[in-house]
Amino acid sequence: MKSMTPARFILYLLLALFMLYYIAPLYVMVSTSFKTLDEIRSGNLLSLPHAINGAAWQRAWSSACTGTTCEGLQPFFWNSIKMVLPAVGISTLLGAFNGYVFAHWRFRGSEWLFTGLLVGCFIPFQVVLLPMAGLLGQFGLANTTVGLVFVHVVYGTAFTTLFFRNYYVGVPEELIKAARIDGAGFFLIFRKVVLPISGPIFVVCIIWQFTQIWNDFLFGVVFASGEAQPITVGLNNLVNTSTGVQEHNVNMAAAIIAALPTLLVYLVAGRYFVRGLTAGAVKG
Amino acid sequence: MQAAARHCRAPLFHSSLSITGMSMSLKNVFEKTIPKLVLGPTLLSSLLFVYGFIFLTAYLSLTPSRMMPNFEFAGLQQYAALFDNERWWTSLANLGIFGTLFIGISVALGLFLAILLDQKIRAEGALRAVYLYPMALSFIVTGTAWKWMLNPSLGLEKVMHDCGWSSFHFDWLVNPDMAIYTVVIAGVWQSSGFVMALFLAGLRGIDDDIIKAAQVDGASLPTIYRRIVIPAMRPVFFSVLLILSHIAIKSFDLVIALTAGGPGNASSVPAIFMYQFSFTRGQLGLGSASAMMMLATIVAVLVPLMYLEARSNKAMR
Amino acid sequence: MASLSIRQIRKVYTNGVEVLKGIDIEVQDGQFLILVGGSGSGKSTLLNMIAGLESVTSGEIRIGERIVNELQPKDRDIAMVFQSYALYPSMTVRQNIAFGLGVKKVPRAEQDEIVERVAQTLQITHLLDRRPAQLSGGQRQRVAMGRAIARKPALFLFDEPLSNLDAKLRVEMRAEIKRLHQRLKSTIVYVTHDQIEAMTMGDLIAVMKDGVVQQLGTPQDIYDNPANLFVAGFIGSPSMNFIKAELGVDQAGAPFIALDNAGRPMRLALPFAAAALSAYVGKTVILGIRPEQITDLGTAHGEAGQELHCLIDLVEPTGPDTLLTTTLNGTAVTCRAHPREAVLPGHSMALAFNLSKATLFDPESGQRIA
Repeated sequence: MKSMTPARFILYLLLALFMLYYIAPLYVMVSTSFKTLDEIRSGNLLSLPHAINGAAWQRAWSSACTGTTCEGLQPFFWNSIKMVLPAVGISTLLGAFNGYVFAHWRFRGSEWLFTGLLVGCFIPFQVVLLPMAGLLGQFGLANTTVGLVFVHVVYGTAFTTLFFRNYYVGVPEELIKAARIDGAGFFLIFRKVVLPISGPIFVVCIIWQFTQIWNDFLFGVVFASGEAQPITVGLNNLVNTSTGVQEHNVNMAAAIIAALPTLLVYLVAGRYFVRGLTAGAVKG
Repeated sequence: MQAAARHCRAPLFHSSLSITGMSMSLKNVFEKTIPKLVLGPTLLSSLLFVYGFIFLTAYLSLTPSRMMPNFEFAGLQQYAALFDNERWWTSLANLGIFGTLFIGISVALGLFLAILLDQKIRAEGALRAVYLYPMALSFIVTGTAWKWMLNPSLGLEKVMHDCGWSSFHFDWLVNPDMAIYTVVIAGVWQSSGFVMALFLAGLRGIDDDIIKAAQVDGASLPTIYRRIVIPAMRPVFFSVLLILSHIAIKSFDLVIALTAGGPGNASSVPAIFMYQFSFTRGQLGLGSASAMMMLATIVAVLVPLMYLEARSNKAMR
Repeated sequence: MASLSIRQIRKVYTNGVEVLKGIDIEVQDGQFLILVGGSGSGKSTLLNMIAGLESVTSGEIRIGERIVNELQPKDRDIAMVFQSYALYPSMTVRQNIAFGLGVKKVPRAEQDEIVERVAQTLQITHLLDRRPAQLSGGQRQRVAMGRAIARKPALFLFDEPLSNLDAKLRVEMRAEIKRLHQRLKSTIVYVTHDQIEAMTMGDLIAVMKDGVVQQLGTPQDIYDNPANLFVAGFIGSPSMNFIKAELGVDQAGAPFIALDNAGRPMRLALPFAAAALSAYVGKTVILGIRPEQITDLGTAHGEAGQELHCLIDLVEPTGPDTLLTTTLNGTAVTCRAHPREAVLPGHSMALAFNLSKATLFDPESGQRIA
């Protein structure tokens, strides 16, 4: 390690200052969530709570008002879980198969098809909202979890395909050739040769998809109202339902509840998350 | 027998036209199409739900639809109405302000942090984790947090007052002229860590030997960064610009949570405009037109960027 | 085991590039065919087409008596060993070898028996439970061969399997493969760019260039009677000397080559019938003569040869003999001499030219004239 010169000292100082900038909101959220409304009014953002008061958390979870109902974030939390798990699972699986085809079973025009598919990653989703709302309505899937899962799968598969294809391109072609000569067909090769070495990319893809879909708001607010709303919509409703006094501590507790799953995933497997980001970005 | 068989070769027929021979070729055909079949659902859904829907939205934007779709052809009347709409212009202006500031500051901050972190810092891993965690949060959570932090009476202003700066005034959140800038603050907070991660990866990809050669040639560290390192990061710049532009143009969640487009419509952005007019105000045609305009904006920004990137890639080889 | 028949094979890519321009090769059951050539010669493409990994544009490939053009690789009864070994990374050596057997639903007990037998043949029994990542290059190559042998295919295909090994290992594995061939009496098609491998291992060599078989024959045949300039220069190390010279006919009607030996004009009599060369009299031809045909007088033992005094530019001892380089007609000419007879660079010495095996080539077409 290098020695501490004045220049290095300034370096560390700057880094520490910025660290404060990034941590500050988290600190504020946590500390506010444990204060009482009186404490909030008398103190300020930076002051510590007098005691760890969990009342706001309880309200946020089970009794805060989100629009017309006052059941807290709990139902929305479970909605999100019910929605995210299938969406992540299906889009990842589809991406794996698609990536496998694009990497090792190319055919005439497959590169063009791949590019065409990728366009779906770049469009602003506003241009598909209206027709999709119409379609879901036609099939009776409007405002249902199933409908929301469907939407996320449709628009998430382009990303997952990109991840898997870029990864599988790194698997040597000769490995597939050897397996074909050994007599294995498309699915057997996938199951016995490709899948066993796909661990890392599955992790990256699942983490990425989980974060994207859990954090999504646009699809949630457009395609699922009432019963099937995900937690992001619930949070927004909770915070913006202005019936009288703003309960800032409840708002903060609710925000943290909504953020917890993805934050935990990030803490546990953060480097895979970064890998996912840079992998998607490197494609350019 | 064998000699005879060798003489009567007919190149395109199987020498054994048995049943197994026939089913063999059917099986072959099937096996050759399996990859295409596997891709089928995804490609079909892309065709229908991406391209098809874009086409539908485009068509809707050319109709006089209001609450319900009305497939009568109305030419460009919705677009005319769009550009006659005060709110739309506000949204566009806000997008411009937000976009430039958001991208500019994120890039500057991200690059700066990346350069700092590249100096072989002790707790690099931990620091990187701290700078990056905001990306794991939903924009709604970010908006909610910053909404509280920038709260006019109880937020930042109060902290400053309590610290002694009693004349400090921070009501941007409820100030029509300044509301959009709060979105910039929150947006930069969320995304600059990600930009930093990309730049850091780019910095790490630069050949050490080139730096050493420059040092031997007598160049100082700032000069090295300015003349060698930053130019070598062109591809990363492009990636970063692409991604940030994309995020900026699509911004919806963050604004909704932070200001809900307010006060009034002061901080409205095109995404909010589209949502409000399509789903709350029952103006499907106008909403579709605004959506198409968003698509046009993305294309107008991303395509030149990609083209420039491709060209600079070729030049660098 | 089976024969292999390649008839009028052409391969044209979708972008219009013609990689194979009409290949005809017949391989007998149990023969070892080598496809040798530089990169871009089409040898790997041909191998892939035999394997079924690339499609045939026109022509016919038969394994045994079956036309296999339309068959998938797995239906052709072949096995292939790759340059990069292509071992399945997530499986043990045992599982790698047994993989193909498992696909064909061979009963477990039989699989185990075959794996044991194969492992013994290749001396890798102690490696059976390791993963490919834990093996050295030579060991991986053996496992790859084991995987191929286990399935007892009609045809073995090798795609430059020794290119990734170091020189010493390469020599060892060459002998191994040749021994294996003798034991299994299998039909083998082997692709390489290394002419030493081609010469030492093959029964039949196909020298390929630009998508065409330049010559097909046994190693000795190709060495002694190359069909054209390319084959002559490709096979043999150090390579054949090519001297551009004018062909003349002396008073007796016997043909000779005009040489400029460091300023002194000389003539080398040629052992060919003048009649066959009449078209080239007075024109430039290329004389091909191998280094071992030019040697010191002692080694030549007065064999039918012509003596020339040459100025030696370069001396390269190789151990068994010493390579001397001189200049004739402005070209560097290499000769093999006994180490004791070799002089120092800058000195002259008497060299015996044995032209009984010399060849003449047309400078334009590269074809052999005599």
